[in-house]
Amino acid sequence: MTFLELFWSFFQIGLFSIGGGNASLPLIQAQIVELHGWLSMTEFADIVAIAEITPGPIGINSATFVGTKIAGLPGAIVATLGCILPSCIIVLTLAYFYKKLKDHPLMQGVLGGLRPAVVSLITSAGLGILVLVLFPAGAGTSIDYIGCCLFVLSFIVMRIWKPNPIYVMLGSGLLGMGCYLLLP
Amino acid sequence: MKKEKKKNEKKKNLYWTLFSSTFMISAFTFGGGFVIIPLLRKKFVADLGWIDEQEMMDMTAIAQSSPGPIAVNASILIGNRMAGFKGALMTILGTVLPPLIIISLVSIVYAAIRDSIYVAALLQGMRAGVAAVIFDVVVSLGWNILKQKQWLPIAIMVVAFVLTYFVKINAAFIILGTALLSLIIAWFGQKGMVKKA
Repeated sequence: MTFLELFWSFFQIGLFSIGGGNASLPLIQAQIVELHGWLSMTEFADIVAIAEITPGPIGINSATFVGTKIAGLPGAIVATLGCILPSCIIVLTLAYFYKKLKDHPLMQGVLGGLRPAVVSLITSAGLGILVLVLFPAGAGTSIDYIGCCLFVLSFIVMRIWKPNPIYVMLGSGLLGMGCYLLLP
Repeated sequence: MKKEKKKNEKKKNLYWTLFSSTFMISAFTFGGGFVIIPLLRKKFVADLGWIDEQEMMDMTAIAQSSPGPIAVNASILIGNRMAGFKGALMTILGTVLPPLIIISLVSIVYAAIRDSIYVAALLQGMRAGVAAVIFDVVVSLGWNILKQKQWLPIAIMVVAFVLTYFVKINAAFIILGTALLSLIIAWFGQKGMVKKA
């Protein structure tokens, strides 16, 4: 019964979290904290913090965290499955229609319009992170020079040598760790 | 017989590449959401050349406007595109395993990690790298749109940016709204052409 509840709860979270990322936080909170009482509000705040410092989507992270707490590893797997199943069904259906209709003139028009919008969405996500880098204490406070230098340096490296982005992210992280801890 | 064996080998390689690529990418997608798009693009468009730039953008739009995590949605699309349902299973596994493993481990030592100044400094440094990786893609993609010198895509880009970044409208609505608008424009464009002919 617990497994079924876990599965169903995260199925709903997966199904209704459109827009990804923090847009799904209220939904996860409603299911996990308020409806089922699987986590306290403090624990929920912790899982948000954990999701910040670990890779992976917040939906999957909270599914693993809650599942482990309720029913160990099997619980984590069941909750994660519930979370991704709606995606699988809907995305595969859309992929099917995309393949069929891709070359239709109307579809071409729609996709042609969507591409610039996607660029804007990516820009917006990037700017959100850049603000955190430049003004760690909040917008309007003094600029963080280390973060600024790291960003410019990483950007130049990306543009010129086009390395695997993972190395740039790791390199910037390690260099940043050195600078933040050693420089006054 | 030999050919069959070779074909099987090739397929195994394809599955393995799909799994290992998404696994590596998922293990490093700090920040969630769109951060995974530049990484997938680098791997599957630039390095492997399996998917072209336009199709990657289309997949991004589909992944964004579908429910569920963008990272999972985008991986499903790529896996399905390269090797059907089995391919999608490979990329789902690759995307889901890293957070599953990491969260299981982290929840044990969470308190120590949360209060560590080393971890905080490392993460602050990594954010700068993540921002740079994203802007690298933004410059490439944005330039592609600007150099066509057509007013409609540029207008869509500017308006969509203002609406997401300043007005904070949910990205899914931006996609749906743009799709509807483009459909109407394409519809009338087509009608106009029929009339002319």
